[in-house]
Amino acid sequence: MFRRLPESEEVTVRFSIDGRSVTARAGETVAAALLATGVVSCRTTPVGGQKRAPYCMMGVCFECLVTIDGIGNRQACLVPVSEGMAVRSQHGARAIADEPLAEGAR
Amino acid sequence: MTAAADITVIGGGLVGAAIAFGLAQQPGMRVAVLDEGDIARRASRANFALVWVSSKGVGMPEYATWSMDSADGWAGLAASVREISGIDVAYERPGGFLMCLSDAEMDARIRTMKVMQAQTGAPQYAYEILDHAGVRKRLPAIGPDVVGAIYCDLDGHVNSLRLFRALHVAMARLGVSYRPEHPVDTIVPGQDGFRIRGPWGEFTTGRVVLAAGLDNARLAAMVGLSAPVVPSKGQIIITEKAAPFLNYPVQTVRQTDEGGVMVGDSQEDLGFDTQVTYPVISVMAQRAVRMFPLLAGLNVVRTWSASRVMSPDGFPIYEQSREWPGAFVATCHSGVTLAAAHAQILAPAIRAGRLPDDLACFSARRLNVPKAA
Repeated sequence: MFRRLPESEEVTVRFSIDGRSVTARAGETVAAALLATGVVSCRTTPVGGQKRAPYCMMGVCFECLVTIDGIGNRQACLVPVSEGMAVRSQHGARAIADEPLAEGAR
Repeated sequence: MTAAADITVIGGGLVGAAIAFGLAQQPGMRVAVLDEGDIARRASRANFALVWVSSKGVGMPEYATWSMDSADGWAGLAASVREISGIDVAYERPGGFLMCLSDAEMDARIRTMKVMQAQTGAPQYAYEILDHAGVRKRLPAIGPDVVGAIYCDLDGHVNSLRLFRALHVAMARLGVSYRPEHPVDTIVPGQDGFRIRGPWGEFTTGRVVLAAGLDNARLAAMVGLSAPVVPSKGQIIITEKAAPFLNYPVQTVRQTDEGGVMVGDSQEDLGFDTQVTYPVISVMAQRAVRMFPLLAGLNVVRTWSASRVMSPDGFPIYEQSREWPGAFVATCHSGVTLAAAHAQILAPAIRAGRLPDDLACFSARRLNVPKAA
């Protein structure tokens, strides 16, 4: 459905989506990489359980929330994809109690 | 054209809606609610949604009993509202925590409970004084700064926005005539009832109930009543939705049924100012993170501020006018906790035309005692 622009970086990085190893171009956001690999839904909503996918691609709509390296509710369109990154689709609300404590927690 | 009702409630917030709902549960009277519009100064859209008993009532033990009676009636209110409106207001009563982050706070909390219950006639309900380990057993997410807490199984919480909507749906289904965009300019008492006027026209009513929050201060004087209420600013933070981790409401931190975490309970006397201010919000957030360190990782999605409806001594005012019988005032800052008492006790009393003797202590006349020099 989505095609990369011809001028995009040639350097590839390898990351995983729900445990499946995939490649992206360096400099792409996680959301762009997900769409380029054919992912059509990256999460379900916490209350209604409905499917959602990246939409605005500029940090505004919060539809592209995914779990990245164990941290939930990351905006995939604002995070550049990097080598070895573990991206998981997120089902329902962020499981904060299972995550490592954030900076600022005492 | 002049419209008419047997009882008219002025104000469609949680207090007015709960009273109207209670009035309409018995057939036979035409009940109307005159409300402002969406931009009304409405505490019902901004509250913290606790159904809370513990530690309330220092200075007026009857208020402790009134809060407890209302909390005891809450399961019934939630059930009847659900039956009529089809809306589940997510009422839960797992008990609540008053969390302490220092020995001084702990001592003060314990002292408050003791002072409250030492008053003549105060309800002697049970509560637990827990140390850090005791709190951790029920709230595993607490941080090392938590010294202890008071736990009381009478406390609970609800989804108050859904309550607001459910009461409105329910009262409409019971035949209440709800009239939004009906601000009230004047109430003119007469021999056979009251004439209520606004830019929209005139309304005649046999009885009138003032449930207009802060505007009660202005309206009460028109019917021989007094309600010297002033705004008390409160600020609230809400985070993104998270999977459930907080199974009990804490007085300043609660996780809603949909997953968002609310942090609240600031109090400032700044008139009608409702700006969110970082010095206050940041202290609230800091304390919440000390209580539950995992909150540091959650994104805040909204902050807001609104005005509580505060009487000079902080307690509710319920009264029927002596000069113009048939005019009642009902005002308080705990419209969620007291919703059950308003629907189940106050509304039937207003219907019957007489407030019960045990509500006499809530008359505004208590506020007229001259202060010692």
